[in-house]
Amino acid sequence: MTALTAAAAASQIQERLGLAASVTGGEVGVIVPRERWEEIARFAKDTLGCRYFNWLTAVDYKEQGLEVLARLDHLDAAVAVTLRTRLEAGTARCPTLTGLFRGANWMERECYDMFGVTFEGHPDLRRILLDQDWEGHPLRKDYAVDTPHAPYR
Amino acid sequence: MEVKPPVPQIPPPVWSEFKDLQEWEKYHQTRADNDKTSQALTSIADAIHHMPGGWIVTTSTEKIFNWARKSSIWPVTFGLACCAIEMMATFASRFDVERFGMVPWASPRHSDLMIVSGTVTIKMAPMLKRIYDQMPDPKWVVSMGSCANSGGPFRHGYHVVKGVDRVVPVDVYVPGCPPTPDSLMYGLLKLQEQVAHFQHTGERPAPAETA
Repeated sequence: MTALTAAAAASQIQERLGLAASVTGGEVGVIVPRERWEEIARFAKDTLGCRYFNWLTAVDYKEQGLEVLARLDHLDAAVAVTLRTRLEAGTARCPTLTGLFRGANWMERECYDMFGVTFEGHPDLRRILLDQDWEGHPLRKDYAVDTPHAPYR
Repeated sequence: MEVKPPVPQIPPPVWSEFKDLQEWEKYHQTRADNDKTSQALTSIADAIHHMPGGWIVTTSTEKIFNWARKSSIWPVTFGLACCAIEMMATFASRFDVERFGMVPWASPRHSDLMIVSGTVTIKMAPMLKRIYDQMPDPKWVVSMGSCANSGGPFRHGYHVVKGVDRVVPVDVYVPGCPPTPDSLMYGLLKLQEQVAHFQHTGERPAPAETA
């Protein structure tokens, strides 16, 4: 089996999934529809061999909604696939990747904690960093940072 | 079989060869009489009264108790952030706070002082309060560094208590980001001054004018 290259991964994604993929160095960026999020992560893991779940986070684009990003690494070939999907404004619901990667569990909990993204199918979607009774999600752009929070601030 | 030559015997040291020891002895024998009083006794000398012609010494209980408290402040090791590194350096051998009678102790139930060294997050504040409540009275708090004083660079963050004095009462604020061990030691000496004036009623002295 020849070593995977970023260009080969991009062409495979284009041929077999019908999605545009951009290549920057060893990185492949794919913009994914929300419905195919888990399917494409499974493709990257099983077919391409990106078995290392590096990180998952989100970006707040205000009225254009949130964007969830996940980076899957192929450590041997030094190729990384960055998946990004745009959630509709006001919904913030995204399929979970915990069925594929055990490591996605806590990353999605953190994403839920900070951005309020509800990962559908997550086994234990609680806050991971902040208190369980915390109000709001602090990394949202509309979060009021200086809100008084009894009793300590 | 190889026979090793005998190890040459080192002659025992001769006392007269140690110049510095002789000078040390000489210095201690030629000290002035008033210089022989120990530093600890001079600090409470204003409270001590010798009875004439006897071995009895009287003093005020508050002064002697406060002197004892002042000279044996045990800080609980409560490191929160990068200030804790400086605090550890203060506890270590170079800036030796044990010469002030301070023993860093890992149990709040045996401690008198809490050095809040670092950022207090809202999630950490209840634990800090709990540790403070576990310490026996009388107890003191030193707020170390900008974060503990006011929130510091994280004051406008969502997660930081804007000053540890919103959680526990603070006796000495040490500025700096982080404060050097010298700053912390100066703050600890200021705290010793406060403790020496701490009265039986539990009232704390008024804030001192800046020097």
